[in-house]
Amino acid sequence: MAISRRDFARLAAASAVAAPAVWTAARAQGQPVRIGCSLSLTGTLSGGVKAGLIGYELWRDDVNAAGGILGRPVELVVYDDQSTSAPIPGIYSKLVDVDRVDLLFSPYGANLTAVIMPFVKQRDRFVVGMYGISNNDEVKHDKFFQIAPWGPKASTDFCRGFFDLAKANGLKRIAILAADAEFSKSAAAGGLKIMQEYGMELAVNQGYPPNTTDFSAILRNLKGVAPDAVFVCSYPPDSTAFVRGVSEIGLPASVKLVGGAMVGPQYAPVLENLGPALNGFVNFHLYVPEPTLKFAGIQEFLARYEPIARQRGVDLLGHYIPPFFYAAGQLVAAAAKGAGSLDQARMAQWLHANPVETIVGTIRFDPAGDWVERRVLIVQYRGLSARNVEQFRAPGKQVVVDPPALKSGDFVPFAAARS
Amino acid sequence: MRPAAAFGIAALVVAAGLLAPKLPVNTYYFYAGYVVLQFVAVATAWNVLGGYGGYINFGAAAFFGAGAYAAAGLFKAFGLPLPLQIMAAAGVGVALGAAMGYLTLRVQGVYFAIATLSLVVVLETLVHNVEYLGGARGLAILAPPAPAWFGGRTQFAFFVMLAVAAASVLAAWLIENSWIGRGLRAIRASESAAECAGVPTLKLKILACAVSGGLLAAAGAPYPYYASYIEPGTAFSLTVGLNAIAMPLIGGTRSWAGPVMGAVLLGTLQQVATVTISSELNVLLVGLALIAFVAAAPNGLLSLPRRPRSKDAIRHD
Amino acid sequence: MLLLDLALNAVATGLMLGSIYALLALGLAITFGILHVPNIAHPALMVVGAYALALANAHGLDPIAASVPVAAAFYAAGLAFYEVYYRLFERRGGTDTLQSLTLFFGLALVIEVALLMGFGADPKSVDVPYVGQSWTVGLVTLPYRLLVPALLSPAVMLLLWLYLKLSRAGLAIRAVASGETPLAIVGIAPRRVKRHAFGLATASAAFGGAALVILGPVGPFSGHAQIGRVFAVVVLAGMGSIPGTLAAGLAIGVAESLVSSFLDPSWSQGVAFAILLATLAARPTGLFGVPR
Repeated sequence: MAISRRDFARLAAASAVAAPAVWTAARAQGQPVRIGCSLSLTGTLSGGVKAGLIGYELWRDDVNAAGGILGRPVELVVYDDQSTSAPIPGIYSKLVDVDRVDLLFSPYGANLTAVIMPFVKQRDRFVVGMYGISNNDEVKHDKFFQIAPWGPKASTDFCRGFFDLAKANGLKRIAILAADAEFSKSAAAGGLKIMQEYGMELAVNQGYPPNTTDFSAILRNLKGVAPDAVFVCSYPPDSTAFVRGVSEIGLPASVKLVGGAMVGPQYAPVLENLGPALNGFVNFHLYVPEPTLKFAGIQEFLARYEPIARQRGVDLLGHYIPPFFYAAGQLVAAAAKGAGSLDQARMAQWLHANPVETIVGTIRFDPAGDWVERRVLIVQYRGLSARNVEQFRAPGKQVVVDPPALKSGDFVPFAAARS
Repeated sequence: MRPAAAFGIAALVVAAGLLAPKLPVNTYYFYAGYVVLQFVAVATAWNVLGGYGGYINFGAAAFFGAGAYAAAGLFKAFGLPLPLQIMAAAGVGVALGAAMGYLTLRVQGVYFAIATLSLVVVLETLVHNVEYLGGARGLAILAPPAPAWFGGRTQFAFFVMLAVAAASVLAAWLIENSWIGRGLRAIRASESAAECAGVPTLKLKILACAVSGGLLAAAGAPYPYYASYIEPGTAFSLTVGLNAIAMPLIGGTRSWAGPVMGAVLLGTLQQVATVTISSELNVLLVGLALIAFVAAAPNGLLSLPRRPRSKDAIRHD
Repeated sequence: MLLLDLALNAVATGLMLGSIYALLALGLAITFGILHVPNIAHPALMVVGAYALALANAHGLDPIAASVPVAAAFYAAGLAFYEVYYRLFERRGGTDTLQSLTLFFGLALVIEVALLMGFGADPKSVDVPYVGQSWTVGLVTLPYRLLVPALLSPAVMLLLWLYLKLSRAGLAIRAVASGETPLAIVGIAPRRVKRHAFGLATASAAFGGAALVILGPVGPFSGHAQIGRVFAVVVLAGMGSIPGTLAAGLAIGVAESLVSSFLDPSWSQGVAFAILLATLAARPTGLFGVPR
């Protein structure tokens, strides 16, 4: 992670000949395949995203050790967007117009990805979306592929599992709590639609400011409405505060199901910090080491990931983001191999038509560039002890309770799971 | 320089901007140039009140964000073209500035600074709770294609921002060289003395606040078009407010040239650091550069040839 | 009954939060309120404090006990920093708000990236037995996660206030707030007084850090969320008033909490800042400030 002299030289050269961009599309064999993206290396998103970068790097090392893409070595070009959207238009233009990268990964999350969508559509670039929900709904770009398994119609459906669980357990009266932030507002809006579809009753739909540290007022107001389930859409700081608040103030006795769309308890530091306070909560996840989720290569990947994560001070478990970042690389490599070239249209065509084997399983894409089938897991935290990050590497602690096909255990109502 | 000459120069700069898309310049430089010009406009606008009048506005982001959201909202509602969006946003900024000035300019110095900071939080909360503006999820702006002459949206956005920046600098120049500027300088030197000498201090301050607010909002207005997207975190970001202060300081707050120079220097440094250093070090570099600038030239680079004079510094005691 | 329950708890929670806000703002009340240095890096310093305490806690120390030696180290660092600051600016003839603001903006960026590079991007937390428990008095439930830092706050404030009121050095600090000339006349170097005050302000960041890290995990950029509020508390208090800082913190905390409980949590911050705006419009020198 040092300042690369080459990058300085490249910029200097670029500014010197800022004039006619002399470039030939067909480059000599042996020139690296360059994949560019902006990542949130600083700022509030940096915790998860720096873990993701390890996924990219491990993939690059692996693919290069295996002879590269189409015989050419792979090079990553990464710039820091500081977790805000302001620098992103400039960064992607730099990647495409100056660095002439061959392929793009999107920035992390929906807000940052939203900025590049008109750009990639207009330039007709192949791009792998990283975790943004329904970024492609409006621009309908045919060379956009979302790596996260949100599934089709993600804006409503990615949290459907929580409501399926509520339905299956006869829970009808649902309260929604959502931070005033992008992901949580999307989750809450999606949840509302599903509730209408299922004929569920909205007990209360409560927003709150991001970084809320105290939930006592909200929890006390919940007692007044006595919901059967509480759909919580939160970000790491407020996820922690909410889980703490439930230990401190308690939930109404009517609540059987709580959690759903909490960002935070996917990451080692939050899991380690909260420990037993999480018991009984359910939450979305993308991978947990349960027996029903055995994908070729993921264990080996996580074993290689851990020492690097320890050294860099990022998420020690790496279940949520890094494997999918690695898989994004596998996607690109498979598409290039399948298309037999780096031609973006042919790569996209191939990906729409063929499944790809990755360390997160077999991925098939629908015409909108989403996974054909939603594979968002709803897990329930059980039997956790304090200050122990290793317990999350074992099965049985984050039990998959939905989707039914991947279930590794039965849902236990909140009070029972906590006692 | 007579006003006619200043108008002429500004018009020439804008006319030159019309030719820029025809130059064989990589598109990326229009993106980067837009950001630098945006900060030229922001720093110049901030300096009208902060530099000339000595009233420090911590909340430039409030006006910037208000401008950006006014433009985005008007586009969504009526599909207004960009120049009209900017004018309407400037109107919103003027109104907001005048109201802010009326409410808080009786408050001096740091109290005013904090009052403006509060405005950022209030407006951001407001946007979070207005579903029409997209709330926290932001608002995608799929603007119509740019006029054919410019060859692309970015080139057009660059040109528009150049015009906004030129207009801001021209406005700053006009103010600086008029009775308004003299009055503001008197306020900055000593408000009570200015009042005794018959300067209509409250009126002048409200005027400066309104002009500054209008120009800041105009600087924010093209942002949704440029980024095709707007969300409250970026529109009301602390970085905008802090850059608005740091840039004039680096250049010098006394004349229109200071903020321009500071914005070009710091803005370019930030752009270059972002796309050359592929790591966290970009932020570190910008931080260290800020410290170095302030240490080396505490009264701005323009003041370097002269000795810094203590009596000119803004003091609260 | 439910209404009374809600109201009592809202006020209690608001008081606890407010007391914590006041503690977070304390250092700024000194640097900004007394020395007129808008130390925008103060929240970042608190994050440094929180990191130090999380590290100490990993070795089994209680964060509050550990905050005392950390505060001492911060005091020394504050002295050293002020010396540099003095040589760079004050000696050259008066600082202005702009210069210090830009300097501390740069410093905050450097501190945050240093933390990120030194300790990684993961948030740090402490493991203390009282987090997750609460104390129930009648209708009111008080989570220790809030109560402990909320009690730390008045304790630190009382000590500082007594020190400023009773000691000679404290008197000199209060004197420097109203101008350097009187001090010079009685033969005290304002520079030493200011340095001392800056050291005290920096030391308070250790206690602020303790409050933050007990409240919840702290990452390198956690300071950002506090910047607006701490400045608001200082100004609402009336620059430099210690009891005023406590009162202003409590006022903002209770306002936020009441809005959360009875109107809508989404509006809580906006309402608190709107109150601040209104207060400044009506009483330009804050609640406890004197016109100058």
